[in-house]
Order: sequence, then C-alpha cells, then structure tokens
Amino acid sequence: MRRTILIIIFSLTISCIIYSCQSAGEIELTSYITNGKDLYRTHCQNCHGENGEGLGALAPPLTDTIFLKTQKADLACIIKKGSNKPMVINGKTYEGKMPSFNLADIDLAQVIVYVTNSFGNKQGMYKYEQVALDLKTCK
Amino acid sequence: MIKFKNIAYLSIFLLTSSVITACNNNKKLPIYGNREAVTVKDENGNDKIDTIYQTIPSFKLLNQDSVYITQDTFKGKVYVADFFFTSCSTICPTMHRNLKTVYDEYKNNPDVMFLSHTIDFKYDKPSVLKKYAAKLGVDASKWQFVYGNKEEVYHLAEHDYLVAVQEDSTAKDGYIHQGWLVLIDKEKKMRGAYDGTKADQVEQLKKDISTLLAEEK
Repeated sequence: MRRTILIIIFSLTISCIIYSCQSAGEIELTSYITNGKDLYRTHCQNCHGENGEGLGALAPPLTDTIFLKTQKADLACIIKKGSNKPMVINGKTYEGKMPSFNLADIDLAQVIVYVTNSFGNKQGMYKYEQVALDLKTCK
Repeated sequence: MIKFKNIAYLSIFLLTSSVITACNNNKKLPIYGNREAVTVKDENGNDKIDTIYQTIPSFKLLNQDSVYITQDTFKGKVYVADFFFTSCSTICPTMHRNLKTVYDEYKNNPDVMFLSHTIDFKYDKPSVLKKYAAKLGVDASKWQFVYGNKEEVYHLAEHDYLVAVQEDSTAKDGYIHQGWLVLIDKEKKMRGAYDGTKADQVEQLKKDISTLLAEEK
C-alpha cells in the first residue's frame, strides 16, 4: 500500500516537471508575444483597437488571417515606412494612410509576432534577424 | 392585525421609493467655467445679485458639407464638443472610437448633437472631414465636423471650451491637444468634461447626458 502511494506521488512529480518544462523556442515565443503586446498597446491600439477590430473604414482590422499570412514579408515594411496604398482586408478596400513607426528590428519582430498570434491568427515565431532581411526588400 | 402590518410595510416601501426617485429627479450637473456676480434690478426695482456663467460664444465655421454652421445649428440641443485632426494617430482614434459609442446610444434622440473641430487648419479642409466622417460611419447632420482658421478655432478651444491645443513641429503628427469631450447644455454653459481616451469617463458622459436632458425638460 505504502509502495503504491509512493509510486503515485513520484510519477505525479515527474509528470509535473515534464509538463511545466517548455522548450527554449516556446519560451522565446512567449517573451516575444508579451513584449509585442506592450508595443501594440503603445503604437497600434489607438487605431486598430484592443482586439484588432480596426476603426470603421479608417483603420483596417487585423483579423484577416489570410492577408496577414500572404503579406507576412511586407509587414515590417508597412509598419516601419507606413503605407498609402489601398489594401483589401476581409473583402473590403481600405484607402486610408498608415503613418510610419520607426521601431528597432527587435521591436518590429515582437509586435509582428504578437499580431500574427492574436485576433484569430496563429503563425508562430518571426525572428528579428528575418526583419532585417525583409526590410531590405521594401517596395 | 396582519393586514395592518402589511399596510405599514407597504407604505414604508412606497415612501422610501418615492424619496429615492425624488432624489434622482433633482440631480443636477455642475456648471463649469468662469463666473461673475452682477447686480441687477428685479421687477420691483430692488437690487439683487445674479450670477453670469461662462457660455460658448457665437461662431461661424465650415462643416463637412462646406456649409457655414453657427450656434443656431445647436439651438435647443445638448451637445458634445471636442478638438481633433484627421491625420492624428495618437489619441484621436481612441477618442472618436469612444465618442461613437455615445453617438450610437443617442442616435435617435434629436436633442443630442456632436461637434468636432479640426485643429489642422492646413490639411483638414471640409472635403477631408467629409471623407473622415464617412469612414468613421457617422456622416450625418447629428455629428458636425468643422473647419476654421487657426485663430478662430484655437481661440474657441482655449478660451471657451478650455481645451489646450497647439501646433508643435516636434510632435509626431505636428499638433498636440487634449482629449476632452466637453458637454454643453441648451444655454451654452459647460456642464462636464470627460477624457475621451478613458472608457469609464465616456460611460459617465452617457449617464450625464441623460441627467442633463432630464434636468432641462
């Protein structure tokens, strides 16, 4: 009886330890999302809303998962340099101008990871090294 | 005996509830701004002291349809005024996101109006305001967006609505201003100012508008 209880406690402890362990990648993703959320609140939320819902026809929502996926390589450019081209989001055309936000590569990466893993998006990691590469090909 | 007790309870209940509703009916919003005491003669020719409150003076500004509007547009109405500009990326979108919820709540009440002044006298011409209003989804006579020259609009903001506005080349979008939503009554007196970027203050504005409407009936 005592043996059984000990075995149960032991195996529970081990499984707890395994469960609470995250891989290094997951920890990095979580930290990007957390920092990205703060940056989003400071720079993006005014127009795009707390839940990425946008603002009328003035600012597009960030809930178009297909748009964000296909335009992923352009996102850093759009944020850093702004945009005045019309965009079709969720089937609606948005013509307003987006101002530029001169953020560091690491901040761009973090805010992009937050947006592309919130509001129904789930795209995983996007590293700051990639930001530098994507910024070279801005249109 | 039981019957008497019931009646007693009932009357206490009625008395309390009538006291409570009476209090609500008497609730009044404060009056803001400068005031001065003046001596006037009453109908019997005796001197009496009267208070003159600060009021919003007459103005003439172009709205989003390029039509001049004046105080007459707001005659007999309660209105909410603010100062913004269309290319503002900081507090204005949040202010108007919140103010739109107030607009939606009073959409069908003809006694409530909205007045947004642009402080960007260089770029925000009526056509730009028209587009902005349409995109915000509030292009109606109930919510007026107005354009005027710098002196007139800035003077209205700072001296009459008591909202600080400034052209500032070092600011990100070129202007800085406060995000107050100012509540004006039918006599053009200031009855409240609410931070348009804070959801709880905007909720208070909604409540205060109905208090003000009840008070003026």
